[in-house]
Amino acid sequence: MARQAAQGRGQGAARLVLPKGSLDRLMPMHLALSASGQITALGPTLAKIVRRAAVEDAAILGLDFFDLFEVCRPSGVTTAAALHARQGERLHLGLRGGGAEFRGLALCDDAGGLVMNLSFGIGVVDAVRTHALTDADFAATDLTVELLYLVEVKRAVLGELQRLNLRLQGAKSEAEAQAMTDTLTGLRNRRALDLRLAQAIADALPFALMHLDLDRFKAVNDTLGHGAGDQVLRVVAQVLAAETRTGDLVARVGGDEFVILLPGMTDAARLGAVAGRIIAALSRPIPYEGHLCQIGASVGLTISTRYAAPTAEAMLQDADLALYAAKRAGRGRMMAFSDELASGQGTVPAARAF
Amino acid sequence: MKQGLSVLGLINRALEDFLKRRHGAALWQRVVQRARLPFDSFEPLLSYDPGLTDAVLNAACAELGRARESILEDLGTALVSQRERDGLRRLLRFGGVSFRDFLHSLEELPDRARLALPDLHLPALYLEDRGGGQFAILAVPPFAGAGFILIGLLRAMADDYGALVLLDMAASRQGRDVISVLLLDEAHSQGRRFDLAVGAP
Repeated sequence: MARQAAQGRGQGAARLVLPKGSLDRLMPMHLALSASGQITALGPTLAKIVRRAAVEDAAILGLDFFDLFEVCRPSGVTTAAALHARQGERLHLGLRGGGAEFRGLALCDDAGGLVMNLSFGIGVVDAVRTHALTDADFAATDLTVELLYLVEVKRAVLGELQRLNLRLQGAKSEAEAQAMTDTLTGLRNRRALDLRLAQAIADALPFALMHLDLDRFKAVNDTLGHGAGDQVLRVVAQVLAAETRTGDLVARVGGDEFVILLPGMTDAARLGAVAGRIIAALSRPIPYEGHLCQIGASVGLTISTRYAAPTAEAMLQDADLALYAAKRAGRGRMMAFSDELASGQGTVPAARAF
Repeated sequence: MKQGLSVLGLINRALEDFLKRRHGAALWQRVVQRARLPFDSFEPLLSYDPGLTDAVLNAACAELGRARESILEDLGTALVSQRERDGLRRLLRFGGVSFRDFLHSLEELPDRARLALPDLHLPALYLEDRGGGQFAILAVPPFAGAGFILIGLLRAMADDYGALVLLDMAASRQGRDVISVLLLDEAHSQGRRFDLAVGAP
């Protein structure tokens, strides 16, 4: 057996004899076993843990190793002989009845017994907590305390990152709520329109409102897919931007619905010309991946000067009414809101089927 | 701005939290306005222009009518002694089992911090052990007065360990703050309990 302990170093390798107290400090979780497997010594930290597992101090020495511990891996290590056969291998063991798990390494001593050193392995944080271990329970060279330190730093940093993430998420949704741009087309969005419309009404300056709806857009989406639909919307946005003035506001307010606010423009002929150019431009096929998308546009119009006290709600509703009248009249055309339309309101719902 | 995380984000945020807790959110808003900050809260893990720290400190001094040194020392103490946020105190306590041990661990602090946040550069700290319980801690301050944060922090840690110490800012040497430490009694009082693992029985 002594020969085996000196394995790899050859016969006559330097022999080291240590008093128990030194071994306690070098390996506070060691265990010495007799040739027949009785516990003859154990380090102070291990003693503390075993004690906590309700085994009386004096009773530990002389106990059979397997009365107190069980080897989980490798399997089948249930006798002193089997333990001897596994010397030099990493063992996974635990206190019988639970309470602690260890990694272990066993090597022969001069007397045919075994000296075993244990550590907590990956469960070290729980073990330190459960057994209320302190710095003094570990060898001065042991990095367990550094490991605990890292676990704690990691928790602190992760907590901080989580708080940062929450703040960023909050900021992002706030920014999104405050955004005024439609991300797909780059046009203004509903929120921007509402603000500008309220401003125009408050300023009491004349303006026109056009409500534009694409014809046959659904067919493009259904036959060529959303990619084609998105491309069509981007081209429509370019056309609307090109056919309006810098000071006009063009907003996408729904899937294929747009509203244009034209400040200072109330002349029916000029408005008709603008709408006509837009409708003509949008009646030209839009190429998409070798296909031609044929859409069109209908426009409903209303002018602020028609109202004694214009409100955003009334104007948007009237432009909408005019739009559906234009659709009902055969699409691809512009219709201005009029008293006749207002009085003929009862017939409009039937036209909403478009 | 240099690469990596500067310690200023942490300090700025700590200062903000300290001022809010000690003097209220309204004071912090006045500091924000006086310092002309382009935002109203610091992120601890982001990098900032060093000028902002100075601006916040100057504004806080003016609003509170207090000297920069005394605000910073209080900040250092609060970082460790605040009961509801135990994190920094615990991390520092890992440095050693006694206050003397802890003093010696200060030189390791930047390396320890880098274990957690590889990009974080804490100012290097040097400890001179002059014997007889006399020490000097030397560090290049990231901004004027930063050494007083360390004094406040050391004072609170001494208390935590139950040690009796005298701390003083000595004359600076070659741009380094020099803090003199006189350790009078390592076991002056019982100190505060420290368990290696959180939630130990």
